[in-house]
Amino acid sequence: MSETRLPEGAELEPERYELDDALPYRFAVGRRGFIQLLGGVVVLVAATPGSSQESGRAGRAEGQETDLAAWLHIAEDGSVTVFTGKVEFGQNARTSLAQAVAEELRSPLSTIRLVMGDTDLTPFDMGTFGSRSTPYMAPQLRKAAAVARELLKELAATQWSVEAAALEVEGGEVRHAATSRAAGFGALTKGQKLVRTIAGEVATTPADRWTIAGRSATKVNAREIVTGRHRYTSDLGPGSFAPSQLLQGKVLRPPAMGATLASVEQSSIESLAGAVVVTDGDFVGIAAKSAGEAARALESLKPKWNLTAQPEGRELLDKLRQPPDGPREGRGGGPYVVGSVADARDKAAHKLEATYTVAYIAHVPLEPRAAVAQWKDGRLTVWTGTQRPFGVKSELAEAFHLAEDRVRVIVPDTGSGYGGKHSGECAIEAARLARTAGRPVKVVWTREEEFRWAYFRPAGVIDVKSGTEADGRLVAWEMHNYNSGSSAIRTLYDAAHQHIEFHPGRSPLRQGSYRGLAATANHFARESHMDEIAAAAKLDPLEFRRRNLKEARLRAVLDAAAEKFGWAKAKSGGGLGYGIAGGFEKGSYVSTCAEVRVEPSGAVRVVRLVAAFECGAVVNPDQLRNQIEGSLVMGLGGALFEAVAFDRGVIQNPRLSGYRVPRFSDVPRIEVMLVDRKDLPPAGAGETPIVAVAPAVAGAIFAASGQRLRALPLVPQGMPKAKA
Amino acid sequence: MPVLELLVNGSRHRVETDADESLLTALRDRLDLTGTKYGCGEGQCGACTVLLDGKPVRSCLTPASSTAGKAITTIEGLEEGGRLHPLQEAFIEKDAMQCGYCTPGMIVEAAALLRRTPNPGEAEIARAMEGHVCRCCAYPRIVEAIRAAASNAPKPRPGGGPATRTGA
Repeated sequence: MSETRLPEGAELEPERYELDDALPYRFAVGRRGFIQLLGGVVVLVAATPGSSQESGRAGRAEGQETDLAAWLHIAEDGSVTVFTGKVEFGQNARTSLAQAVAEELRSPLSTIRLVMGDTDLTPFDMGTFGSRSTPYMAPQLRKAAAVARELLKELAATQWSVEAAALEVEGGEVRHAATSRAAGFGALTKGQKLVRTIAGEVATTPADRWTIAGRSATKVNAREIVTGRHRYTSDLGPGSFAPSQLLQGKVLRPPAMGATLASVEQSSIESLAGAVVVTDGDFVGIAAKSAGEAARALESLKPKWNLTAQPEGRELLDKLRQPPDGPREGRGGGPYVVGSVADARDKAAHKLEATYTVAYIAHVPLEPRAAVAQWKDGRLTVWTGTQRPFGVKSELAEAFHLAEDRVRVIVPDTGSGYGGKHSGECAIEAARLARTAGRPVKVVWTREEEFRWAYFRPAGVIDVKSGTEADGRLVAWEMHNYNSGSSAIRTLYDAAHQHIEFHPGRSPLRQGSYRGLAATANHFARESHMDEIAAAAKLDPLEFRRRNLKEARLRAVLDAAAEKFGWAKAKSGGGLGYGIAGGFEKGSYVSTCAEVRVEPSGAVRVVRLVAAFECGAVVNPDQLRNQIEGSLVMGLGGALFEAVAFDRGVIQNPRLSGYRVPRFSDVPRIEVMLVDRKDLPPAGAGETPIVAVAPAVAGAIFAASGQRLRALPLVPQGMPKAKA
Repeated sequence: MPVLELLVNGSRHRVETDADESLLTALRDRLDLTGTKYGCGEGQCGACTVLLDGKPVRSCLTPASSTAGKAITTIEGLEEGGRLHPLQEAFIEKDAMQCGYCTPGMIVEAAALLRRTPNPGEAEIARAMEGHVCRCCAYPRIVEAIRAAASNAPKPRPGGGPATRTGA
């Protein structure tokens, strides 16, 4: 089969990501017929308003059913299924959300099944990012399960003619102790269909009485993972589709960013017998029986490109300080100003100013972008690993001019994202190829494609000015972040005069979300500068922070980490240095202490990290520790050596051999302290622990070497040579 | 298309492959053994690790044609009669994974390590595993899991082979 399709009216927009504009039209979509089909007990949870959140792209709640947050179904056979638009990317939502439901249903964890991230079956969800699964989705599911439990009790009370208050739910059954009666959930429904919608508050079990949630639980699909049986999107293959049906696709990439296709030699296309070739605007792709065949066919094409001028790598910092093209409205949010920094600095005993920079870094999810697309009866289904199934559904609908209800996106549990998989490029590519091929097509990006054509954590420049009294009281604080973002830009330290502002920049590279977003950059600048003031004032870094900090939760983690670390006795010297930093983000608080060895050769090794972390009530302590440890080590990569190099639209290190990520030998001794606040609701936890790593390490390097490093990564090639 | 005979997890398979096809592609796309993962294509991440005659190799850099007649063991071959390999047990027990994408490669490499060195220390483990990337950075737990598997594994019988099955 061979087909060539030259540009037609339908234009692909594979670069449509990170757009702030909304769709021009908003159409209503009817309630999904799916719920009507369910028998047994269905509990629908209404969404709470005001849950806007940070995303790689403006949220597209339009045209979606946004009135529901989740639903829970108890079938006549007693099986419990929970439907949530959240997805599992390694943050353990599948297990921790199931725990929340098991808790309220007083049922074994193994009896709860989660359907996640399937746009036909699960309620609309903005996306899995911003550490919101535990603080927002878990309470919703908890409510649904609590209502279902009470409903089952009512059913049993009626059927047995007893008081509902005399009933207990335990071990997945409703029990009446006085008459020794017990019945499973399915039996109680007796083939009836019961639907309840809950909008208001529902009493749920307080955290201090949890027996399933709040405890360590084995990952529900751990066995599938360790045996290799779990199928990530990139593993969907002949086993999932009719054998010999599935084709593999490859997409032609330009030689540099900003290049557009001038032409592809027609004769070179026609010679590719056996492959499906699609040319559509700037999109050129090939689907063939094997990925190798598709790649070889692609290499035989002779494309011509129109290149556009792209900035040189050394121009980066200048570009970041320039405002972006186009409208600025809605970006940056304006400055936060209290008092007069200029006046306060004039009178201050110590004045300091410094500039800090952070590099672009790549997410490097170990599973690259992948998608399998299938068209059937005018309906498009795409399996793909995205953190925004409903967002990608909208992207597909838009790219193919389809009504939203003609598109279904299904997200298999995915090989990680860290904020790097918000966009639907790969889904669109697979769908475009599949439409012409008339067969399902799978596209899996190579590692090099991930490095070149995904998006990065933004680079940034941050200017800080401060003024401090002779007694170590911080009075003036001015901070300007150019391009990297506004997350956690505000300081929690007491300064009577403040000016804090985010300035969007002219980013030479495509940029988007990352674990912790700009909080890492802003904490690096803020906490490094706090250290610099302390050094100038000859104060201990912890003592200086304590003198200027009333915020109790941040103080608590700083003190906890310092105590565990032995900060009071830690005296830097002999190549060893100690650093401390504190931070907050997504409603949780962290402090990190670092011990660093700087060798005479300039080699730098982080020997030990101690982190104290507080995110309200802890839902699953072991999984939380796993997230914190992972965050700390991942943070070391960006702190020490990760950086994307580019020049004139071309990524210079698009391979793992040229882009160093943390490995076993980089892992220091790690101690994690959880400050469990059962009196507070659980807050986001997957991101915040990363934010204090870089400044703590930078502080420790200064303490060990006397050199203050103000650029992330700190030591990509070891300690920088002292300037002549 | 060259036809190869591959011996995978104890079974013989006749496989049609492209010229120069990697063992990784042959396993995943021809035999649907997708536990072995693609991560980088240049031998830098270890996600594609399999055992070739008991030795760990990067299947993305190994031509399928070079493996004909050799015993190939993939992650799917470590489980025996529904009983998990001690490393698989230990990875579950220690929760040594987050997204789990690197896990099969880690377990296969560690199986070879424990066969060479039944009771490795932390430094030996880090050295042996250095070629593997866990982007979720669950490294401390992976080390813990390998140590746990080493101490849980039945001791090799005198004069016999290793009690844990690490190769086909």
